[in-house]
Amino acid sequence: MNKLIYNYIKENRSRILDTWIQNMRNKADERLIKGVSTEVFESTSDEFVEMIISRLTEKEEEFLSLLTDFAEKVVRLGWPLVFVNEGLKEFEKIVYGGLVDQGLVNQDKLLEVVGDLDSFMTPMQNEVVNMYSQIWEKTVSLQKIALQELSAPLIPVLDRITVMPLVGTIDTERAKQIMENLLNGVVNHRSEVVLIDITGVPVVDTMVAHHIIQAAEAVRLVGAHCMLCGIRPEIAQTIVNLGINLNEITTKNSLQKGIEAALEITSRQIVEMEEVE
Amino acid sequence: MEFQSCVKIINEWDIVAARQLGRNVAKELGFGTVDQARITTAISELARNIYLYAGQGKVCIEKLYEGGKSGLLIIASDEGPGIPDVRKVMEDGFSTSGGLGAGLPGVKRLMDEFDLDTTIGKGTEIRAIKWLR
Repeated sequence: MNKLIYNYIKENRSRILDTWIQNMRNKADERLIKGVSTEVFESTSDEFVEMIISRLTEKEEEFLSLLTDFAEKVVRLGWPLVFVNEGLKEFEKIVYGGLVDQGLVNQDKLLEVVGDLDSFMTPMQNEVVNMYSQIWEKTVSLQKIALQELSAPLIPVLDRITVMPLVGTIDTERAKQIMENLLNGVVNHRSEVVLIDITGVPVVDTMVAHHIIQAAEAVRLVGAHCMLCGIRPEIAQTIVNLGINLNEITTKNSLQKGIEAALEITSRQIVEMEEVE
Repeated sequence: MEFQSCVKIINEWDIVAARQLGRNVAKELGFGTVDQARITTAISELARNIYLYAGQGKVCIEKLYEGGKSGLLIIASDEGPGIPDVRKVMEDGFSTSGGLGAGLPGVKRLMDEFDLDTTIGKGTEIRAIKWLR
C-alpha cells in the first residue's frame, strides 16, 4: 500500500467522511432515503467509510468480518448494490481529488498513485459484489427449498380416499413431483380414489392440463380413480376456449363434492348420528 | 403513463413474470376475472412456446385505446427457428413436442384478434388483442 495514500486518508479521515456523506446523499434517490431515517443513513455511511479505512489499519481477517457484517446490514436495509458500488467509486474519487488538490501528487507519480489506489479499491469492490451475490444465492436456494416443501403433498383424508391440494404455479419440475408423489401415495395409502384439487392454481394452460391428464391416466393404470376438483368458473371457461378435452377425468367444482362422489365410488356415505338418550 | 412493458423469456420462471404483468395490466384496464384468466392463459401459452421452441424471446403487453374502446395487446416475439407450416400449427391437436397441441389455436379462441408472422430461420412474432367490452 502506498504510504502517501495511507497517510492522506488517515489524516483527512473526517473531512473525507463528511464530503462522502454529502455527495452520497445527493446521489441517493428518493426510494432509498424514504425507507431509511437520517440517523440510520448517517450511521451506516459512517460504518461504510470506517470499513474502508479499516482496510488500511486492520488485519485482513478483521476487515473481512467487518465487510461481511456491513454487507449483511446493507442487504437487510435494502440498499441497492449499485448504490454501494457508487459509494466505493465516490470514495476513490474524493481521495484522488484530495491528493491532487493538496499537491501531494505530481505528474510523474500520477500513474503510480492511480494504480495503487485502484489496486486498493478493486478487491474491496469485488468482495462487496461477492457478498451480495452470496446472500442472494442463499435466499434463492432457501426459497427453492421452501417451495419444494409445499410442492405436492398427498393427504389421506378417509380410508381409501386421498387428496392432493395444489397451490401455485405448476412448472415442469413440480409436475414431475406431482406425478411421483401421486403414484407413490396411491400405492402406499392403498387409495381407491385420488382427488386433485386445483383451487389454488392461478392459471391452467395446456401444459398444466397436459400434466394433469397424464397424472390421471397414470393413476388409472395403478388401479385407482382420479378426480379433479376446485375448477373455478373462469378456469372452466378458459379450458373450454383452449379446447382441452378433459372427458376422461371426472371433474367436480369443489372438494366437498369430490369427497361425496369419492364416498359413493367406495360405496359409503356420511350419515348424521341419531341422538341417543 | 407508459403503454408498453416487456418481459424477457429466458427460463421457465419468466413465464410466470410475463403472466403476472399481463394480469396486472388487464386489471388496470378493468377486465373481469374471466377475461383476466383468458389473457393470462394466452400469455402463458405464448411465453411457453417461446421457452420451448425458440429458447428465448420476449413478451410485451400494450394498452390500446382506439375509437373509444380500450384493449390489451400481447406481442410475443422471438428469433427462433420459425414455424414451417403455419396452417398445421393452427390445427387442434398438432404438436411437435408431445403436448396437447391446443396452444396456438387455443390462444386464437381466447383472444379477439390474432396475427401470426413467421419467417423460417428468422423468428416469429405473434400479436393478439383482447378488447374490453
